[in-house]
Amino acid sequence: MTNSINEFEDADLFFVTGTNTTAQHPLIGSRMINAVQQGAKLILVDPREIQLAGFATLHLRQNIGTDVAVMNGIMQVIIEEALYDREFVEKRTEGFEELKSVVSRYTPRVVEQITGIKAADIVAAARLYAEADKAMIVYAMGITQHVTGTDNVKTCANLAMLTGHVGRPGTGVNPLRGQNNVQGACDMGALPVVYTGYQKVIDPAVKTKFEQAWQVEGLDDKAGLTITSMMAAAQRGDLKALYIMGENPLMSDPDTRHIELALSNLDFLVVQDIFLTETASLADVVLPAASFAEKSGTYTNTERRVQISHKAVEPPGQARADWEIIQEVCRRAGYPMDYRSPDDILQEINRVTPSYAGITLDRVEKEFGLQWPCPNEDHPGTAYLHKDKFTKGLGTFLPCDFKPLAEVPDEEYDFILTTGRVYYQYHTGTMSRRIELLEREAPEAVVEVNPDDARRLGIRNNDRVELSSRRGTITLKAEITQRVPHKVVFSTFHFREAQVNLLTNPAHDPVSGIPEYKGCAVKIRRCA
Amino acid sequence: MEKTSTVCPFCGCGCNFYLVTDKGRLTGVEPSPQNPVNKGMLCAKGWNSYEFVQSPDRLTTPLVRKNGELAQSTWDEALQIVTAKLLEIREQQGPSALAFLSSAKVTNEENYLFQKMARAVFGTNNVDHCARL
Ligand code: SF4
Repeated sequence: MTNSINEFEDADLFFVTGTNTTAQHPLIGSRMINAVQQGAKLILVDPREIQLAGFATLHLRQNIGTDVAVMNGIMQVIIEEALYDREFVEKRTEGFEELKSVVSRYTPRVVEQITGIKAADIVAAARLYAEADKAMIVYAMGITQHVTGTDNVKTCANLAMLTGHVGRPGTGVNPLRGQNNVQGACDMGALPVVYTGYQKVIDPAVKTKFEQAWQVEGLDDKAGLTITSMMAAAQRGDLKALYIMGENPLMSDPDTRHIELALSNLDFLVVQDIFLTETASLADVVLPAASFAEKSGTYTNTERRVQISHKAVEPPGQARADWEIIQEVCRRAGYPMDYRSPDDILQEINRVTPSYAGITLDRVEKEFGLQWPCPNEDHPGTAYLHKDKFTKGLGTFLPCDFKPLAEVPDEEYDFILTTGRVYYQYHTGTMSRRIELLEREAPEAVVEVNPDDARRLGIRNNDRVELSSRRGTITLKAEITQRVPHKVVFSTFHFREAQVNLLTNPAHDPVSGIPEYKGCAVKIRRCA
Repeated sequence: MEKTSTVCPFCGCGCNFYLVTDKGRLTGVEPSPQNPVNKGMLCAKGWNSYEFVQSPDRLTTPLVRKNGELAQSTWDEALQIVTAKLLEIREQQGPSALAFLSSAKVTNEENYLFQKMARAVFGTNNVDHCARL
């Protein structure tokens, strides 16, 4: 997030897209609802009638995968009606003319045809967003899990810069991170192209810095493989060994059958986890890890706040903290390591990561965490980014054209399947399905079907239905609901009994590598 | 009864709460009122987050595949196999034949160490995690 969770209280308007916030980020969802009840406005762009729709000033239900067109349409109106922030655009940005020329083609009429949203609603949304004093864009996986995910993100940034809704409290572009430490995993360099704090592996100066810090020679200076490419390389036979810590790609990745083939094709698979997950069952060696309650360390939340969590109980049996296991593997592989506690590791992070330099254990204990960038021990941390300038100086508009879903419906596969999560479950269910209350509330996979489609297909509420794509078939229970529009069905990836990722399309964004979980072509019929 | 301050293991909001323990067993959750993120509130996942920790399904020993089946093993044997295999594959096929998948659920310190292991010890940038989900 460019801004902070507490700023949800002073924003005048939320532009919310691709996040079912009350289900996935409940505490942020309730902040938004509170603000709306105090008078803030809410523009919701989402094909489904999620809970937030009940609080929306305007709910735009776009055809799935048309987000760029929606936002280009809004920007076209803002420029056409001269509602943009001229001073901000002149002083802080570049590339306005290019943006103007691309979005000029997206008149409300054209956008209505692509997105299914009424032209008048596009105009209304443009005026509301541009005229608000403090407007926050809030998004999540509905924006990124598309083959055009990077374009979608750029387009959100274009919209915020055009109206000067960035660099002040209560504004900005605010992606909500799905898992408790996604932000931290990225910050710590668990990415194929960067070390900690987004320092690039291809930069020779950075390479030298880490060679010195780690006392090694010849660090790899080429970009590594993303998870999607790892799976492809395993299937080709180029990748021989994979070490997985605390992830369950066999449930979470698209086109599961191919993932299973890829993992079985490896010479060696190690999985380190707290449960014997679907993925761990395929491993050659399984290492038992401690859970969050059984170790200490820091986590970075979606607003870049680094917080400390302490050890409450001992791990069961012989399970050990992940850091202890990794240290032991490194030692045995001949690399000396002697960290006595997570704090020793944090001190090394402080030394090699400029944005974390001032985030010490002492301070996170005393100050309820600290938000990076925090370049030294006297720095108070950063509640919102891009205050006087962007990281690279001027903000560049990066206009994008609309591109359709990688797999559009045809005569045989005539529905679009979109996937997500529900309030009572979490991710692949490894943790949440072992909590009684959650399991009671949401015990099984359900597919949402629109009433008109259901009538035509002879499907009644709670019927078992068969859902198939070009990649696989699952059976699950139907819920007949207006929540989904015509010709769209929705389901979740929590349940191993009906693995929705057997169906999803592995086609992915060329830059981010993120697959298109949010739309693939399927057919549906009642089980005999 | 003791209270230990922790961060919720589920979504990215980063709510804080105290885990309540009694004689080394977790008995419940108490939200942290002063914390600026959640100000004393939690959702259903946070309130019940201690339950899975004590699930009987937890892994308690290393497992090693023998004759096609995963069998209980010791740390010494399991770690010996892991390092020997990874080093052997690196030796024969080069570091790019190895890959490492880190986790959006473990701590910063553990993510740091994991990518350091991939890069400094095994010599590859083939390291990623499931941020995409
Ligand atoms: S308590 Fe709920 S909202 Fe808060 S971090 Fe946990 S899952 Fe997210």
